[in-house]
Amino acid sequence: MLDALDLARWQFGLTTLYHFIFVPLTVGMALIVAILQTVWVKTDNPKYLRLTKLFGKIFLINFAMGVVTGIVQEFQFGMNWSNYSRFVGDIFGAPLAMEGLIAFFFEATFIGLWIFGWDKLPKKIHAATIWCVWVGSVLSAYFILAANAFMQNPVGYELNDEKGRAELTDIVAVLTNPVALTQFPHTIFAAVMFAGTVMVAVAAWHLKRNQFVDDMRTTLRFGAVTNILGFLGVGLSGHSLGLVMTETQPMKMAAAEALYDSASGADASFSLFSLGTPDGAHEIFSVRIPYLLSFLSTGSFDGSVEGIRDLQSTYTEMYCGAGDTLLTCPTDGQFAPIIWITYWAFRWMIGLGALAALVSLVGLWITRKKQVQLPKWVWNVAIWTAPLPMLASLVGWVFTEMGRQPWIVFGVMTTEQAVSPGVPAWAVMVSLAVFTIVYGGLAVLEFKLITKAAKAGPPEIGETADGDTDHQSLATVY
Amino acid sequence: MELTTLWFFIVGAFLIGYFVLDGFDFGVGMSLPFLGKDNTDRRVIINTIGPVWDLNETWLIVAGAAIFAAFPEWYATMFSGFYLALLLILVALILRGVSFEYRHQGKGKNWTKWFDQFIFWGSVLPPLLWGVAFANLAQGMPIVPMERGGWLFEGTLLTLLNPYGLLGGLAMLLITFTHGLVFVALKTTGEMRDNARALATKAGIVTIVVGAAFLIWTIMQHLDSDMIWLIVTASAVAAVALITAWVANLRGREGWAFTGNAIAIAFVLLAIFLALFPNVMPSNIDPAFSMSIEGAASSPKTLELMTWVAVFTMPLVIAYQAWTYWVFRRRISRDAIPAETAAH
Repeated sequence: MLDALDLARWQFGLTTLYHFIFVPLTVGMALIVAILQTVWVKTDNPKYLRLTKLFGKIFLINFAMGVVTGIVQEFQFGMNWSNYSRFVGDIFGAPLAMEGLIAFFFEATFIGLWIFGWDKLPKKIHAATIWCVWVGSVLSAYFILAANAFMQNPVGYELNDEKGRAELTDIVAVLTNPVALTQFPHTIFAAVMFAGTVMVAVAAWHLKRNQFVDDMRTTLRFGAVTNILGFLGVGLSGHSLGLVMTETQPMKMAAAEALYDSASGADASFSLFSLGTPDGAHEIFSVRIPYLLSFLSTGSFDGSVEGIRDLQSTYTEMYCGAGDTLLTCPTDGQFAPIIWITYWAFRWMIGLGALAALVSLVGLWITRKKQVQLPKWVWNVAIWTAPLPMLASLVGWVFTEMGRQPWIVFGVMTTEQAVSPGVPAWAVMVSLAVFTIVYGGLAVLEFKLITKAAKAGPPEIGETADGDTDHQSLATVY
Repeated sequence: MELTTLWFFIVGAFLIGYFVLDGFDFGVGMSLPFLGKDNTDRRVIINTIGPVWDLNETWLIVAGAAIFAAFPEWYATMFSGFYLALLLILVALILRGVSFEYRHQGKGKNWTKWFDQFIFWGSVLPPLLWGVAFANLAQGMPIVPMERGGWLFEGTLLTLLNPYGLLGGLAMLLITFTHGLVFVALKTTGEMRDNARALATKAGIVTIVVGAAFLIWTIMQHLDSDMIWLIVTASAVAAVALITAWVANLRGREGWAFTGNAIAIAFVLLAIFLALFPNVMPSNIDPAFSMSIEGAASSPKTLELMTWVAVFTMPLVIAYQAWTYWVFRRRISRDAIPAETAAH
């Protein structure tokens, strides 16, 4: 029987990953739609209005899910992790409240204006509202990542022994946490990549059937370029994130490589693939690139990288010594996360992202001439790249959050200490079951609606679409 | 005023914003089976809140985050204590929000029927359960301090379902229902407007009776509170506003009726907050176990920061939200709904 802690962990994992299917597409697609609409306003070319409407619809179907699953995120800290909430609320709550006041209000207001304002607002102001939605979503992501960064690398706080909690000393430090500053562009670029591959897939689906050829050729190339630019951003920011991670959470980097013994220079190799026993004692087979781990972790080819065993003994000495160890020493004394998960999540993250960018690059090359007659399997490959950046983001989050274990706040509080006292396991079980069923059903529904909208293709735009329509009649959308 | 006290009332203000604004769109959702004779009617009803329900719901997110940041102990104890009630609210809000977006995306009678059910129940459950929760807060609950700091809620879902709690839930349900009906009357034309007004008149009477019972019971429970005269005043304002709203509705002055209901909701919540003061969670096991505003609060540094953020953002938030209501100020009629051809 699983206890409340395990169930609460499953629930956090499930609800967070599920929420994160929708967030990247919201952030990325809002940008795409904003650009398409702006191009339409500038050029008056109805092609861009059609594409704005098509991707706007996909964006909205997705947006609804992002909003409703986000509410759960906020409340489950109190429901399942109340000890965590009372311990860090003073610091962790501030970026959440700032997200609400600065970003979320803004985003929610302008999305309403965008959906319903097509014929109520002047063209340019209407285009501005979708930019506001994008700015809101990006700001929102920033505050949430700053809150998450505090869990990875706590800064700007001090412990108040009398109150038994962490207290804010420096909000600027919290908001400029190096983890947040590097995680933020990494996450946003990944979102842009995802929006790019969705465009590529929609275009490929229609081009395979030789329909909407002109619109879809534009979409294909737009999506591919977006995806590749996103990948460049993801790579660059990922590298700086790796450096920050090695500095702040060396155990996570060691776990990403399953590096048991400290190494430097040529020995600090990056394994593309390896097989062995889980404790790292016996490696059966691996493909390694010398120096690369050293470069990824320290930015230099002969930097040294600490291994899991050395870190384990360092942490044991630091946190499991004499005195009050209740909050900081895990009950099993283990400071390493589950290695096979971190090792493979790290590789899948990089591999899936790179594969998506590669497909886009090849796609740009083969469609460089006006001709778009290609074998069907080529289009099928393009269609199936759509989920790759999303899957990369999901395993990226698995890596980030699992790699933080056993801590909920690195070096300050363990996850097992954070769970709600007084909430029985059966209650968590009920809510886990309910969320699994509701989220599962909605996932199927959402997928059907998005594919339906995508397959319908760009809508017909009437002659009078920009100006002469009846104001009353278009005041409704639902 | 102490920053902690200020934040107690700021949280109260966010919650008032939430119940006044999301309150009417809950009421609109509840009115669907009563006013929506055919699909066109139901689309008119849903479109009255189309542009605003999402931003109204945001007030809950902000209120929740404000409680988290300003009163972490309160946030932790209340949300882990109200576990199953909160789960129901969350599921209701999820299905409701999705339904607004997805109802019109598919075809077929069953498709829209399902989402209409979700909208209805998703609009009934949250105000009912929030009403139960806030009444229980005001009444006091079985909480005890823990050895290592913090408080523990020792009850279950059934603890919350006591007569006073249920009356609070019913009062909140009825007042948001009436509020929503008046909003439909305010935003539509023709037959829909007349039907909404007529139903608001009936629902308004029941609301006044139940609301008065709830307010009187609240006053009786807090006779020895230092705040009793303020509680009585707030309750009186709420009662007058509710009755004025009813009369205004009867005379077809929907704007005034809506304003009156909004004031009534605001003052009922204010009465609850005054009844709580100086605690955020009174204990009914031993008054000494109560969680005070001070005891639940964040550090002065965090409260100060949050005050500045609120001072700078709230005028802007109110301005752009008011602008949204202005942009969509027109009434909606049946002719505005495109014919039932493609799902739009």
